[in-house]
Amino acid sequence: MKESENKIYFYPIWIRVWHSLNAIGILILIYTGITMYYSNQGFRLMDFQLAINMHNIAGIMVGLSYLIFTIGNLRTTNHKHYKIKRVGMFEKVKIQSQYYLIGMFKKQRPPYPLSEKRKFNPLQKLIYSIIMYLFMPGLIITGIGLLLPELIIENVYHLSGIFLTAILHASLGFLVTTFLLIHLYVASIGQHPLENFKSILNGYHKTDAH
Amino acid sequence: MRISYLLFLFALTLNCVTLQAEEKNEIPDVNGCLKCHSHQTITFTNTLTKHEDKRLMNPLYILDKDHFAKGVHAKFKCVDCHSAEYDHYPHKAELKLEPLNSCLDCHGGDVKYASYKFEKIDEEFQKSIHFKKIGESFTCSKCHNQHYYQAKSRNSSIVSDIVLLSNEMCMSCHSNNNKFQLLSDKLKPALAQIHEWLPNQELHFKNVRCIECHTQVVDSLAVSHNILPKEKALKNCEECHSKNSMLEASLYKYKNLQSRSQKGKLNTIISNKSYVIGAYQNSWLERASFVILALVVLGIGAHVTARILKKLI
Repeated sequence: MKESENKIYFYPIWIRVWHSLNAIGILILIYTGITMYYSNQGFRLMDFQLAINMHNIAGIMVGLSYLIFTIGNLRTTNHKHYKIKRVGMFEKVKIQSQYYLIGMFKKQRPPYPLSEKRKFNPLQKLIYSIIMYLFMPGLIITGIGLLLPELIIENVYHLSGIFLTAILHASLGFLVTTFLLIHLYVASIGQHPLENFKSILNGYHKTDAH
Repeated sequence: MRISYLLFLFALTLNCVTLQAEEKNEIPDVNGCLKCHSHQTITFTNTLTKHEDKRLMNPLYILDKDHFAKGVHAKFKCVDCHSAEYDHYPHKAELKLEPLNSCLDCHGGDVKYASYKFEKIDEEFQKSIHFKKIGESFTCSKCHNQHYYQAKSRNSSIVSDIVLLSNEMCMSCHSNNNKFQLLSDKLKPALAQIHEWLPNQELHFKNVRCIECHTQVVDSLAVSHNILPKEKALKNCEECHSKNSMLEASLYKYKNLQSRSQKGKLNTIISNKSYVIGAYQNSWLERASFVILALVVLGIGAHVTARILKKLI
């Protein structure tokens, strides 16, 4: 990692490629997903057939980008940033939350400033791990099931397998959408609201930005 | 010892259950027709050679007793519909030419089954492509086999059974060239190819009836009988995949579906309604997601306001 003045090379090219693919794919998935779920003949967000095709393509794209993420994490040290130490985890999350809710308004310094070794603060670490290791695999697996419904178990006790898969897929999709809103907003917290957005594009992060 | 006693009791119970089932499936065979017509072979005294002959039965004239016992006409004797002269063997050749009753011959003006609206069904059928192309020779029995027909769409609480039975009726000709050519000079249409535009074709064929897209829904009838020409078939996904899905007016319109079921309202809905994208809009999930989104937006709004006030932006 190159370091110059107060800038760290934070996001290597593979992370930026993965993040961009993921971002574009997820935005398409959210729009087309809403179109399909809230399909209404009186009010059309877009053509239903087109929404299905785009959702399928974007889903495959996000699936592939998850593969990049997995391979990248296995071959580099990036996976370490997602490692959560259970001891004191909630305390750290509480301290970080208090900073966002109170401390930052009192112009306090961030409790866990980001560095080469600490790319995510404890709250980010927890949320990103839940999203990347629980929600995304869940969405991808249920998505593959809905793309190839013959793979889905027909009935789980009295419940239709497709029904359960679809409900889980839509619910996880909703939670990821909620995460995206919060993620985009929290990214605007820094020296300048656009600072972090520039970072994920050029790879460099200002050390005192968070 | 105790285990073998229990096993014996279990076997006895099973036997009783089987016997009861067999008794239930018993069908009236006053004239003994089924002695031959439910078996693969026929044994008779050849009047010319005076010998006992054993021959194979014509498969078309073998009745599946179990299947018949489940059908709507299970209580009928053979001679209720067929000539009493079938009593004698060999049967007279001209008996085969005898016209058989159609549904309306018995059910026209039938008070007992008034709710089935046979006259309205006939009226709708006469508008259908089947009647327009083929005419009177397209009888009810072309789709509704009198021996085995079950009124599943009225009596079953399982949507998949309703779909299966309904589609089997269409497929009996549309996927069988020999039967198709009884009524047409053309070859049967290549269904998979024609429906290539339909995503997840197999899933659709399994979970919805052909008539969902190929008939015009009539609210007063349980099952639409006006089969439309192929050009008029539904091809717009949103007719089913939307908030006001037409499936609610066709496949899922059986209002008594839930009351029939022993499984309770929630289970019936969950297990019966295959998930139809767009048509399934759960109000509880919607409310919950609205509340969560509203809280997130309000939270962000409050945070932004505080940042502006504290001159952090």
